[in-house]
Parts: sequence; structure tokens; C-alpha cells
Amino acid sequence: MKSKTIKTLRLLGLGFIEPLIRLIGGEEQQKNLRLFFKQALLPLISILLFILIWHGGARALYNSEASARIEKARVEQGEAAAKEMESCIASGDISCQPNTLPSPVQVYHAYIALWKDHLEISRKKEEFRDKVAETNEQRAEQGLSEITYTGRPSFLDQIGTSLKTVAAGFLLAMFIAVPIGIIIGLSDSLRTSFNWLIQIFKPVSPVVWLLLVFMVVKTMITDPSMDKSFIISFISVGLCAMWATLVNTSMGVSNVDKDYINVAKVLKLNIGQNIFKIILPASLPLIFTGLRITVSVAWMVLIAIELLAQSPGLGSFVWEEFQNGANDSNAKIIVAMFVIGIIGFLLDRIMLSVQSFMTFNKTTA
Amino acid sequence: MEALLRKEIPSIPEPEVREEMLVCKDLRKVYPTPKGDYVVLDDLQLKIHQGEFVSIIGHSGCGKSTLLTMIAGLNEISGGKIFVDKDPVREAGPDRAVVFQSPSLLPWLTALQNVMIGVRQVFPTASKAEKIEICKYYLDKVGLGNDFDKKATSLSQGMQQRVGIARAFALKPKVLLLDEPFGMLDSLTRGELQDVLLEIWQKEKITAVAITHDVDESIFLADRVIMMTSGPYARIGDELTIPYPRPRNRKDVLEHPDYYDYRAYLLDFLNH
Repeated sequence: MKSKTIKTLRLLGLGFIEPLIRLIGGEEQQKNLRLFFKQALLPLISILLFILIWHGGARALYNSEASARIEKARVEQGEAAAKEMESCIASGDISCQPNTLPSPVQVYHAYIALWKDHLEISRKKEEFRDKVAETNEQRAEQGLSEITYTGRPSFLDQIGTSLKTVAAGFLLAMFIAVPIGIIIGLSDSLRTSFNWLIQIFKPVSPVVWLLLVFMVVKTMITDPSMDKSFIISFISVGLCAMWATLVNTSMGVSNVDKDYINVAKVLKLNIGQNIFKIILPASLPLIFTGLRITVSVAWMVLIAIELLAQSPGLGSFVWEEFQNGANDSNAKIIVAMFVIGIIGFLLDRIMLSVQSFMTFNKTTA
Repeated sequence: MEALLRKEIPSIPEPEVREEMLVCKDLRKVYPTPKGDYVVLDDLQLKIHQGEFVSIIGHSGCGKSTLLTMIAGLNEISGGKIFVDKDPVREAGPDRAVVFQSPSLLPWLTALQNVMIGVRQVFPTASKAEKIEICKYYLDKVGLGNDFDKKATSLSQGMQQRVGIARAFALKPKVLLLDEPFGMLDSLTRGELQDVLLEIWQKEKITAVAITHDVDESIFLADRVIMMTSGPYARIGDELTIPYPRPRNRKDVLEHPDYYDYRAYLLDFLNH
């Protein structure tokens, strides 16, 4: 039971809890205590330290902007205005708060606010669904489309949309890059003839890809009912992110251990068997490394692309908050930043788990 | 010593009456280099008979591995011809099974699957159960009767090479090629595997060619030891018939009164 839990945790990338479990199980107390301290407590301490420094920095910036405001009021409107500004800032009135890097506490409040907002919107959606349930049934009988909720999406909805876009982009990248990578990897001449293309297109900025995709999609898709901004953003994400997989796949395929190739030759495997029985399994570790890079690149460019393509998601959330300039906008942007970072980390972990599950491990020999 | 080598050996039939299984004729191998051609093998003649076990011995770099890979069809022939059962060698094929120096198992497959991948190629019409039967038979023969479903990576080097031997025999090849098959193993494991190899070979009587640079191994395994001169322009320098009866037993071979003469003869050749 215990070893099973540990195995699962390792697979999930939560290996740092392992010493704690062993400790509870009463195994090698001293060694596991030390391990627990190293793997779980030290990171925790560093997180606290980070928050402390952040807090200090935010406060310093706040004070510096507050004094700048008071000084400005003094210069422009005289001593009385300066006094008024000072008391206004001290009172915590929203109208005169310095607009700077939010402190951890503010970010936490923004997080709570976003969560409440989500609950509120979910409640509204529920109500709306109940209200139109009957009408929708009638419409369905008449063959008409359902009436759906068209209100403002919540923060969680935005995350969902972003994940959907990144998943679509990732699948697109995988289905383009892996087959092409295999074909290119199999042939030296193909590899040299396409190398220039890969080398040139690999470093192109996501913004340019977006514009390129926009040019093509705009003319190709004329049906107004299709979600153009979603299509544009997921294709751009896919095109930006596929290069790592393409390069790694072709490298993996072309560098398959010569011994395996000789085995295939002696056994006279045909091309299909050769690819699926020898080459693909042998290059899976490298392909997965490529796919992992692809996921993180996809997630990274997604934010910029959503922002530019004005497709809903975390990117547009950040941009809207920035444009909005409300009192807690900055704090919400920081919340989004953490959410983006944590989701990116989780995606990478998921890929790592899939990889260790799918591929053979040479080092266990 | 000369008298010993010319001694009549009644247990081995006259080579002339047996069918030639593997023939190398005027064989030549050239590696082009920027400084001009490097001739590894030149004018090499070799005849190996049906059911014979031959070991080829020579200094490292003399081209003995090159010769073996050429017979296997994994290395291009620059000049001359190789015939296996009268058919000229053009490409690799399962009629010439190879046991590589490194076990070369596919690490993502189990022991059984590693043997199966070859069996499936050679016996395409056999039923699934028959194929599994064949794989299990050979794995059992090499002493892996309890490790069918172990991943190749979880086996030790010696066990992996056992699977390599099973994989080669399961192909029912015309010629079995062994490229320093025990070179990467410690001496204890090496001895064990030599016994395993001879035991299974005794049953199958497949024509076998083993490359080695171990004098004792070459004597223990083979009916005939072929000595190659050092490269470049390597060729067959000399050969020595080992008349010990089969099945062989390591102790009997080592204690045989002629053993040290054979050994000295081979060492003498290698030291010149």
C-alpha cells in the first residue's frame, strides 16, 4: 500500500512528499527526516522568503509613489492640497491610492474577489439555464439552436478557454510535427533539404505567426458561425510550438542505435514494421522531450496570441485588466501571472508523467 | 607439433564429402579515406562446411568483424563474392542470424517479445500458439525458462546475451554468425554462456562462425580455428583443426594432452 502510494506520487511528480510518508511509516527516521527537510521544508522556506521580499519591495514602491503624489500636489496646488492628499492616501480611499506593484495581501484579496466573481457568474448561468430550459426544449423540437448564456465569462471560464486553445494547438503541433519529423528523420536528403526551412521558421515570433495565420484563415473561412478567433489562435499556437517536436523527432529517428537498425536488417523487417517496431519506440524518449518543450512553448505563446487575436482566455483577461485600470487590476494581473505559471508547471508535470509511463528507461539496466 | 597437425582424425568426416555452406571467394574490403583507399581485407578465401563450427581469431583491428558483417550482409562487399548455400550474399537476411557483441535487444520489449519479433518473420504461417511455443523452447534452452516476460532492460548483461543467442537460433538460420558474442562479459559468465551455446548448437548443428580474440574460447568452441593475419591486406594466415569429440566438456578439453600444443600454436601465430 505504502510503496504503491509512493509510486503513484513519483509518477505524479510529487516525489517530495515521499520522505514524509516513509517517516510516518517509521522507516529510517533520521535519513527521511533529513530528506524531508531538504525536499519539502527548504522550498517552503524559500517561498516564504520570496513573499517577504515581494512584500518589502511592494511597500517601498508604494511609499515612493505616495510621496511623489504628495510632492506633486504640493508643487502644483500648495501645502493644503498636499495635506489633503496625504490624509486621502492614509485613509485608504480608492480614488487616490498609488497605482503600483500590488503587495501579496492585495493579490490574495484579488484572488478571493475573482473566486467570488466566478461563483456569482456560475449562479447567474444556472439561473439563466433554468429560465430558458423550457424555451430551449421547444426550440430543439423546432430544430432551432439553443439559447446560451452570453454574459461576461468568469476568470475560471477564461482559464478553461485558454486550456482548450492550448490543447487544440498542441494536438495540431503533434499531428503535424511527429509524422513529418519521422519522414524527415528517415532520409538524409530530406533532412538536408528541409533543414533551411526549419532553421528559418523556428525563431519566428508568435506575433508574426499570428498575422500569417490570420491572413490565411481570414480568406479561407467565410462561414460567420465559426469561431474565427479561436481557430486563428490555436493554429498560431500550434505553428509556434511544433518546431521543438519536429527537430527532436527527426533527430531521434535519425539517431536510432545502429544495433537496433542491424537487428531490423537481419530480421528483414519491412518499412512499416521497421518504423512501428524499432524506430518509433527507440526515438520515443526524444519525441517526448520535444513534446514537453512544445507544451511549454504553446502555453507561453498562447497568452501573447490571445491578447493579439482578441480571442477569450487568460491573455485577453490580462490585457483587459491592464486597459481597465481599476484599483485592483494590477493585483488581478499578478493573480493571472501565478495561475499561468502554475498551470504551465502542471502541464509540464503531466507530460513528464506520460513520458515516464510511455517510454522505456535505459538507465534501469 | 607438425606431426600433430597432420594427424588423421577419424571422428570428423573428410571435408570434401560435406556440402559447402559458406564460401568467400577473392573477398576484398576497401574503406575509402581522404589519404587514399585503406584495404582491410584482400584476396581472402574461406570455405566452411555444413554443420561445421568455425572460430576466427586475430588481432583487434585485423578485419575479422568486417568479414563477419560482410557475411551478414550488413557491410558492403568491395570485391569478390560470398556464397551462402550457393546463393550470393546481397543484403542482410534471417538465413544468417547474428549474435552481436552487445546484446542489442530492443529494450522496450520483453525477453519473449525480443525472440518473437524474429520468429514472426521466419514463420509467418505458424499460429500464434506455435510461435510462442518456439520462443519459449529456445528461451528455455538458454536457461531463461522463468524470465519470459521480463523487460530486456531488467536482465543482466549475461542474461541479455542469452536472449540474443535464443533469438538467433529461433530464426533457424543456415549460418549462425557470432561477433565476439562474449566479449563484454566477465570470465565466469563467459564460461557459462559458452556451455549454453555449445549445448544448444549440439542439438541444432547449425553452421556457425564465431569471431573471437580469446584463444581458449576459440579452441573450446570450434571444429576449426581460422587465423587471420593483421591488417591492412588481411587474409587467412593459417588454420587449425580441433579434433575433440562432441559434445565437449570443458574439463575434458582442458585436460586433453594436446590442448596446450594447440594453444601454443595459436599464440605463436598471433605473436608473429
